[in-house]
Amino acid sequence: MNLFSLLGAIEVGFLFGIAALGVYLSFRVLNFPDITVDGSFTLGGAVAATLIVAGVDPVTATVAAALAGAAAGVVTAALAVYLRILHLFAGILTMIALYSINLRIMGAPNLSLLGRITLFSFTDHLPWPSYQVMPVLFLILAVLFKLLVDRLLVSNLGLALRATGANPRMVAAQGGDTRYLTLFGMAVSNGLVGLAGALWTQDQGNADVTMGVGLVVVGLAAVILGEGLTGGRGIARGTLGCLLGSLVYRLVVAMALDSDVLGLKSQDLNLVTAVLVVVAMVVAERRGRLTLFRSGAR
Amino acid sequence: MISVAGARVLFNKGTALETVALQHVDLTVDSGQFITVIGSNGAGKSTLLNALAGEVRLDAGTILIADVDPTRATPRGRAGLVARVFQDPRVGTCEDLTIEENLALAARRGRRRGLERALSRHARALFRERLAALGLGLDSRLHDRMGLLSGGQRQAIGLLMATLAPMRLLLLDEHTAALDPKTGAFVLDLTRRLVAEQKLTAIMVTHSMRDALACGDRTVMLDGGRVVYDVSGAARSRLDVPDLLRLFGEARGGQVVDEDRLLLG
Repeated sequence: MNLFSLLGAIEVGFLFGIAALGVYLSFRVLNFPDITVDGSFTLGGAVAATLIVAGVDPVTATVAAALAGAAAGVVTAALAVYLRILHLFAGILTMIALYSINLRIMGAPNLSLLGRITLFSFTDHLPWPSYQVMPVLFLILAVLFKLLVDRLLVSNLGLALRATGANPRMVAAQGGDTRYLTLFGMAVSNGLVGLAGALWTQDQGNADVTMGVGLVVVGLAAVILGEGLTGGRGIARGTLGCLLGSLVYRLVVAMALDSDVLGLKSQDLNLVTAVLVVVAMVVAERRGRLTLFRSGAR
Repeated sequence: MISVAGARVLFNKGTALETVALQHVDLTVDSGQFITVIGSNGAGKSTLLNALAGEVRLDAGTILIADVDPTRATPRGRAGLVARVFQDPRVGTCEDLTIEENLALAARRGRRRGLERALSRHARALFRERLAALGLGLDSRLHDRMGLLSGGQRQAIGLLMATLAPMRLLLLDEHTAALDPKTGAFVLDLTRRLVAEQKLTAIMVTHSMRDALACGDRTVMLDGGRVVYDVSGAARSRLDVPDLLRLFGEARGGQVVDEDRLLLG
């Protein structure tokens, strides 16, 4: 692996680390296995790209993308909480609905940002090449959002959020509204994923209706790898794990695809991902520490 | 003051399996009173407690807590008035949160939860002081996850959590039943201490007649979803367990009491 692909993997690793924070919030904190993220990632990209093409400034476009992602999360949570649709299925429903919505928003299967002003246009004017600047930039952004999530989860609201995932009956006895808390948590989760989609679109220079496919698996891979790396317990460690897990995941994938011995090509990415997630989950299970779906008070 | 008037609860209403959990319960609890509730399985003890907590809705009657009518309220809507200790300490505490986080969560029972930090230095100092008073050495373990503690430790903290925020009524749902006798006795002592110190109004459901007489200042016996015996004051202090057992038999129309169903404790 050369320096160029190493830095590329770091850049992508931290960017998807932000999406992994969202996956961590739903799967781990709320105990809500949420598949919406495939759609809300694309939604973020679609909203940001469409607005930027329409001449909206990139900051506003990115904020709008995050809010759109949050709205998608609220829809899934409402399906599960108010209409009592199975969590997994609620996410799948929102995800496939978003496929149509994303096509509507963009008016085409993909949208190019070539020549448009994006959040990252300023890097063209820096004295360093973009491939060196972007990893640093995404490192800073990822750490910033990690700290924001940490801060949320140690607030009074955050404690209630975490308890909602682990022991909803206790939360109700303490006067917490588990339905509202689930809606709120899912909004933040998918908001982060939508934001990551918007950043990815601006980084890549285009939005594509299939860009979010498999994101839930990539996000979970990061979360599970991260738990293995950091020990998992505790909020600060959990969110740090998201970033490190995402980084390690990208490095492993880059190495796997790079190595001539294995003979893998870039179209094998999803296969490599699936195998990696299975290995990580089995290892985690064997160590008796973590399972995908926690059993217990529910 | 808490008043339960004509409370009636049916399970599986309108089906072949319809059962009457509460027939017709009238109960008035004065402020500061500590009532123990006994009765065999199916007598309606837990249903009464769940109705007071808002987990079970009344099919008829009213429940008035401190002149607020929360008859129709949910557990959440009632959280500002009612605190509760569950039979299973795993229900009352959250194992994924640390001890101090559990306490912080409980300290805001029934109040708005915002983005402010849950744990201030002031809150930690308060929690440490309260934990130290338990005498279990938990004051040095504020950062430990609740899941690491034993059932007895968790129940002691559950009790502490229930008494952190102001309330009008404390519900204790056989909260020593899941503990070994020694730990159970400790938690019961702690209960008496906290109720007395904070002058709480409390209702404790128990299977143990001895505990029912040893705690509180009034004992209510339920059977078949009704109050069949209600004793307090001097009459109560003369009672011992065999008396209570005899009274229980009389209340059931001279039926022989199935002692297996009534733990004498």
